[in-house]
Amino acid sequence: MGYAVFQMSHHIVEASNLHYNYPDGTMGLNGISFRITHGESVALVGENGAGKSTLLLHLNGYLSARQGTIRIGDYPVSTKNLDSVRRCVGMVFQNSDDQLFMPTVFDDVAFGPMNLGLEKQDVEQKVVQALETVNAIHLKHRPPYRLSQGEKKSVAIATVLAMSPDILVMDEPTSSLDPTSRKRLIGLLKSFAHTKIIATHDLDMAMDVCERTIVLHQGRITADGPTMKLLRDENLLHQSSLEKPLRMQHCPVCALAKKK
Amino acid sequence: MNNIGRNYFDIGYMDTLAQGDSWLHQLDPRAKVITTLLFIMAVVSFGKYTIWAFIPFFLYPVFLIAAGGLPGGYLFKKVLLVSPFAILLGIFNPLLDREIFLLIGTIGISGGWVSFGSILLRFVLTVTGALLLVALTGFNPVCEALRKLGVPKPFVIQLMFFYRYLFVLTDEAQRMERARALRSFHSGFMKYRTFVSVLGHLLLRTLDRAERIYYAMCCRGFDGQIHRLTSMKSSLRDFSFVIIWLGLFSVFRIYNVPEELGGWVMRCFR
Repeated sequence: MGYAVFQMSHHIVEASNLHYNYPDGTMGLNGISFRITHGESVALVGENGAGKSTLLLHLNGYLSARQGTIRIGDYPVSTKNLDSVRRCVGMVFQNSDDQLFMPTVFDDVAFGPMNLGLEKQDVEQKVVQALETVNAIHLKHRPPYRLSQGEKKSVAIATVLAMSPDILVMDEPTSSLDPTSRKRLIGLLKSFAHTKIIATHDLDMAMDVCERTIVLHQGRITADGPTMKLLRDENLLHQSSLEKPLRMQHCPVCALAKKK
Repeated sequence: MNNIGRNYFDIGYMDTLAQGDSWLHQLDPRAKVITTLLFIMAVVSFGKYTIWAFIPFFLYPVFLIAAGGLPGGYLFKKVLLVSPFAILLGIFNPLLDREIFLLIGTIGISGGWVSFGSILLRFVLTVTGALLLVALTGFNPVCEALRKLGVPKPFVIQLMFFYRYLFVLTDEAQRMERARALRSFHSGFMKYRTFVSVLGHLLLRTLDRAERIYYAMCCRGFDGQIHRLTSMKSSLRDFSFVIIWLGLFSVFRIYNVPEELGGWVMRCFR
């Protein structure tokens, strides 16, 4: 089997009727089905505890569903092909400190390619390429714990890019970033041709990066459709403890002027 | 306010020091590790009541500090910070061993005090030696060197992770302590029960984090092996560094240099 097969297949992510309960009995997912096709960029939104992170953890087999299946490409996610799935799905964690564990930025980005068993020169090339993509090549020799949040996030993305994944999965990529770093990240995400699945509360970012949105509420999908349409539906947003993106809300200054 | 974290753990500064560019910094980490081990072995191999024979050994730290351009004051403070351990080790010696060992004028000094002094000297020398190793090399190259010298891999990996997450853990502990301090108005010290709870939380958070890190590693194909791209080369300079110090330590160990020198001076004046 191996990686070649995966790269040739279309990078479809398909979930059918996923159910998951945490060991303590808390319900995580309650019948989730969707199909994301090659090159799509999808925002996963919903209130805290709606099941976004739980769903992401299913995408590369960290959690396995009590019922239902996930398919990446042509294969169901199972312990048998976990390696291929993880090679294909790149995951960027919410907290970069969990993701950056090697002594230097270079070593960290090289960690994945080295595990794939690439040659030394190829590893170096991949690392440099990934760091250049996220504009972090100057951080190469720095220890990760000395970086700012924004820098850490860039490097965390580079660690995943260096594995040349087909599907990028991100958990709250814009949280704890300052406005400029956030803007830079949005630009970066828009430039990627990968299939993207992004769990977020930042609906403005979702509007910029994702053409499709899936709304989760209490472990179920309550809506799935074009971002621009869903984010205008105030009822739906209210039910899901969300709010219109700031850009779609009234300007406070104009609103005051109107009142007068 | 709480400065414990900052005082104890600004060891991150050691990494900054390790980025210096003196010739000592550029030596092969393995040479420095071996020399430090030799130094420590030589120092601890002396008898219980040794005092004067340690004096020549101070040449080693003094030389490294001078040639490596390191801040002696900072290192001395670090040594002082860990000194309670050594003091605790030796503090009962004067009580247990009261036999008069040496007379200065009419004041008798018991064997306990002499051995206590000996412990302190050993402590200062060995801790300074270890700190200097890290300050001149950096923690991770030291780990790397240990690995290349044949120390088992799991041990080295544990050490590397310990160092990497020490900073994250102390940050977390500091944030919790700050949150506690801001809501407890009267007492500067933590109550026993609060302390237990804070510690428990810290442990749980650490476990959670460990799991997430492990997951992050699995996501990138971790299979129990950590591969790194570093290579180390030894040159004649590295060999001579080890050999010269080995020679000096042997001389210091075999001959009691201060005594010999004293004897020689006395003979000259006779």
